[in-house]
Amino acid sequence: MEFFERFAVPHPSPMIYASMVAIGLVVIGIVFGITYFKKWGYLWREWFTTVDHKKIGIMYLISALLMLFRGGADAILMRLQLSSPDMEILDAQHYNEIFTTHGVVMIIFMAMPFIFAFMNLVVPLQIGARDVAFPRLNALSFWLFFAGAMLFNISFVVGGSPDAGWTSYFPLAGNDFSTSVGTNYYMIAIQISGIGSLMTGINMITTILKMRAPGMTLMKMPMFTWSAFIANVIIVFAFPVLTIALLMGTTDRLFATNFFTTTNGGMDMLWANFFWVWGHPEVYILILPAFGLYSEIISTFSSRNLYGYKSMVGSMVLISLLSFLVWTHHFFTMGQGALTNSIFSVTTMAIAVPTGVKIFNWLFTMYKGKIRFTVPMLYSIGFIPLFTVGGVTGVMLAMSAADYQFHNTMFLVAHFHNTIIPGVVFAMLAGLTYYWPKFFGFMLNEKIGKWSFWLLSVGFVLAFFPMYITGLDGQARRMYTYSEATGFGPLNLMSFFGAALMAIAFVTIVYNILYSIKNSPRNIGNDPWDARSLEWATHTPVPEYNFARLPQVASSEAYWDAKKNGHKLFTGELKDIHMPNNSGVPFIMGIIFFVAGFSFIFALWVPAVIALIGIFACMALRSFELDHGRHIHVKEIKEIESQYEGGAK
Amino acid sequence: MKELFPAKQVMGLVFSLVLTLVALLVHFTDMSFAVGMTILLVTAFIQAFLQLVVFMHAGESKDGKAIYTNVFYGFIIALVTIFGSLLILIWDM
Ligand code: HEM
Ligand SMILES: [Cu+2]
Repeated sequence: MEFFERFAVPHPSPMIYASMVAIGLVVIGIVFGITYFKKWGYLWREWFTTVDHKKIGIMYLISALLMLFRGGADAILMRLQLSSPDMEILDAQHYNEIFTTHGVVMIIFMAMPFIFAFMNLVVPLQIGARDVAFPRLNALSFWLFFAGAMLFNISFVVGGSPDAGWTSYFPLAGNDFSTSVGTNYYMIAIQISGIGSLMTGINMITTILKMRAPGMTLMKMPMFTWSAFIANVIIVFAFPVLTIALLMGTTDRLFATNFFTTTNGGMDMLWANFFWVWGHPEVYILILPAFGLYSEIISTFSSRNLYGYKSMVGSMVLISLLSFLVWTHHFFTMGQGALTNSIFSVTTMAIAVPTGVKIFNWLFTMYKGKIRFTVPMLYSIGFIPLFTVGGVTGVMLAMSAADYQFHNTMFLVAHFHNTIIPGVVFAMLAGLTYYWPKFFGFMLNEKIGKWSFWLLSVGFVLAFFPMYITGLDGQARRMYTYSEATGFGPLNLMSFFGAALMAIAFVTIVYNILYSIKNSPRNIGNDPWDARSLEWATHTPVPEYNFARLPQVASSEAYWDAKKNGHKLFTGELKDIHMPNNSGVPFIMGIIFFVAGFSFIFALWVPAVIALIGIFACMALRSFELDHGRHIHVKEIKEIESQYEGGAK
Repeated sequence: MKELFPAKQVMGLVFSLVLTLVALLVHFTDMSFAVGMTILLVTAFIQAFLQLVVFMHAGESKDGKAIYTNVFYGFIIALVTIFGSLLILIWDM
């Protein structure tokens, strides 16, 4: 039995035991359900082995929503614990674990897959391609992300969750102070999904550079594609730093190296440095695709082209460069001199300039446009003032002298939620509503959607604006409780109500999806929003090959040209279409990575070595495999096309 | 015959061997730390560039421009990161 003791949770509570039971029951329920309805074959053929960018996008989307609920449950627990002074719902250790997993889950396993979902769903369609450049690699990226996410999520019932914060600073994260396997989970689960992100970066860059439709020069790409391109460039340059930092952290913890230790020549501050060399670009990886989605939505629902296309592109290129020049602003208080802090203060403030340019471009797009207040547009309009507050407080934090006061208080927490929620989360919900009909063939209910928007916005303001005040008054972040004498009580109670409203908003979103599955009309045509770019030019739902004929493009709004200015999108004869074959190898590799990761976390060397050999075996297999893909013949294309209204386009 | 003989690659191979030998000198002779590191850094970068251009054929296809832009961008970011880290953790700590 001694062997199994290592899997026990070091700090159990009734809540954790209840979760164990719940997880067990849900897994049994799912397995039983799939078996009962005989869906294993369907799942394997249509989903586990798929290399289709649309299906991979949908899987990212579902995972992101699931993780949003996992991270949201953490958030509610934290707000409940802080809702009044001296609460005893969570103890210190449990609170530490929860804020750590909340941060990691939300950034790495919610926001990242959400942006990957939209990149996968939209980019190939927007550039008139049939898939991404490396479809099988794309599947592998997804399954690595998924393996990492599952690994991280079992931590709280097997062996214990990480508890050193999502930033996992050493020496706290070292073996001396974090004795459970929790931080091993952090190092290895993020590593696995990070490898997947890096591969997506390479894949998307190649797709965008090499697979655009005839006539689509770089400066004729739709804005979301541009934003995805820039975000992926940042991924490719930023993620290797994380990979290496995590590797060094892992060897420190598992093999007693001394990279980040405080003795034997190690340097704990080096971790903070590396973490933010990746970490700051990471926040721009998240926000740029969100900006791209807002650009698409604002131009569609203002019924006019995007104002200042060139300055939009230019500001994103500038942001991509600047985002690598500011990382020190996350640790102004670490002890380096005033010279260094001043340099990084200035670079940080500089980022606000291109960001401001974008805000003005959106405003000018709406100015003189004919605005339609749909749900996606509501999110985009709400985003502008709310996000601006986040940007302004960011500039306050950027003043290094003032940051000595703000740093690691609730003021900081308010800042980054103020950028990430109206910036990223609103964009994802707007994108979800906007692109839903393209991929599922029906619209989400607008009325319920508007309710969700208002609940979420009001909830957000109530939850996070009080933190600016308590932060300035000195409430530190990551403190599990406070005394009544501090006077933080009432504002924290307000935050709790805000958080509860946000939770209700998310429930209404789920209700909306279920309601719309049941009640929404299905004959919505290809273009329910009267939109402008190529993704709306193909059928709904999108056929496997996306476009029967590749579109001809003459501007960044090719579909609008075709609708209003007589541009001919599809000319020429149908030809056989070359498509990639499905493959089970990425899924299997995902499982092997999971096993390898789990073995490393618990230092089980025999299975770890076997799994590593398995990974290399899969890669060798791929190298020697002959797979020329398959062809969809003209006859078949015609049959498929005739099933859609109006026949072949 | 001339087209069949990969003169450029053979020259590249010889040059990489020379670079390797120069780098080895650092180990086998008695140099100061600064001189040794300088030699290692310089030979390493020339070596990497040689691999990229001669053996990985950067610049020979029509993606040449994209490849060089990419390398250049990576180079800038690497330099900023390294010198920034040195500034933070050593020179100005
Ligand atoms: C005008 C633009 C922005 C400026 C000037 C800015 C500035 C800053 C500064 C100086 C800090 C560190 C403060 C401290 O630790 O005391 C910070 C933290 C942070 N910012 Fe921003 N920021 C901006 C935009 C954004 C955006 C767009 C996002 C995300 C989408 C973001 C996410 C974050 C996060 C996640 C943290 C802190 C994380 C942590 O310590 O756990 N920021 N920001
Ligand atoms: Cu930052």
